[in-house]
Amino acid sequence: MSKDEVILLDFWVSPFSIRAKIALAEKGVEFEAREEADLLNNKSELLLKSNPIHKKVPVLLHNGKAICESTVIVGYIDEAWPSPGLLPSCPYERSAARFWADYIDKKVYDAGFNIWKSKGEELKVVNKEFMEIVKVLEGVLGEKKFFGGDHFGFVDTILIPHTFWFYGYEQFGGFKVEDECPKFSAWMKRCMEKENVAKFIPDSTKVYEFLCAIKKVFGLE
Amino acid sequence: MADEITLLDFWPSPFGMRVRLALTLKGIDYIYKEENLQQKSDLLLKSNPIHKKIPTMIHNGNPISESLIMVQYIDETWPKSSSLLPSDPYGRSQSRFWADYVDKKVYDCGRRTCFAKSPEEGDAAVKELLECLKVVECELGEKLYFGGENLGYVDVALVPFYSWFYAYESFGGLSIRDECPKIVAWAKRCLENESVAKSLPDQQKIYEFVVTMRKKFGVE
Repeated sequence: MSKDEVILLDFWVSPFSIRAKIALAEKGVEFEAREEADLLNNKSELLLKSNPIHKKVPVLLHNGKAICESTVIVGYIDEAWPSPGLLPSCPYERSAARFWADYIDKKVYDAGFNIWKSKGEELKVVNKEFMEIVKVLEGVLGEKKFFGGDHFGFVDTILIPHTFWFYGYEQFGGFKVEDECPKFSAWMKRCMEKENVAKFIPDSTKVYEFLCAIKKVFGLE
Repeated sequence: MADEITLLDFWPSPFGMRVRLALTLKGIDYIYKEENLQQKSDLLLKSNPIHKKIPTMIHNGNPISESLIMVQYIDETWPKSSSLLPSDPYGRSQSRFWADYVDKKVYDCGRRTCFAKSPEEGDAAVKELLECLKVVECELGEKLYFGGENLGYVDVALVPFYSWFYAYESFGGLSIRDECPKIVAWAKRCLENESVAKSLPDQQKIYEFVVTMRKKFGVE
């Protein structure tokens, strides 16, 4: 049987790319991560050809076939390499996992973005909104070890990469997630102890510097 | 034990139509409950506390929300009749990608076309709407349906917006038939299916609904 060719068009700091990397690692799939050298100004031909609709990373190329949109990619990885399963097996629990992945998709990134582009009174408002979202997720986690239950699952994969930007948000916003959501913080630590997560965590100082640089580029100082 | 399914819905919602269509295609009986969105029912607020939106379905006491998640749930719970997603992972990923594209683009552009507060806003919305309809038309290609020979997941995701086409055309000043003839032909083909015809309201009724809403929002 010939070996699978798995390439991920990637950007080191993108939580969306990291979702895909964690999913592939959890499945024991060997892959090549191809970093986009200049994502803002000069996207590679391969990226533009593989994702002509959105022109974004991540893109998974599996034996030449392109899959785009990180949540779709993680779902594909879960189905193409079924073991160990990321999604639960029962339809109702799967719908719940998809619901929370969708909630994370709709809320977390934008709420964080709002923090690093705000100041003054507006910053207080967006900080509060961000923490409310984290509290909702903490409520969903409850007493479980992971969102997937005893095992790291779909929702954990979708969410944990966003938390690598939390240090940056905390610096800009002047708050600490751990103070208001200790259970969520404990979950973050548990995930980051997993080898398949730890190896993809970008350095939090580098992430913060990246966010500061982006602020400058977009004139958000 | 017989399945008990209640669908909390609002008749003009294309998202609600997706779920009605999926249930009808699968031959599943359900109780339809129309929601007054100005005064949401306790059942809706309890079943969908996060978003408080329709459609929300309750299956044997378990609530499921978000229309595409509901359609996937229906497809997985009743797998034997009229499979909506393909069986291979790559095919499924492509279907999910395109349904996600419809979600991100068509509803928003369509809504802005109908409820634009200025001619500039309207023109921009129409331009974007046509762009995204042309993209999906290209994806359809020469296929009978997005699902191939039969109606599938992307058809279910998109066809409800057809009932809004007359409203888009009237308020946007465009002809979707002229600009995207294959999409209109595809939609009419879908409507030949009894389940689709049953699940989609008449274009005229949607138009009248938009007229009422425009008056309410003070958009003329």
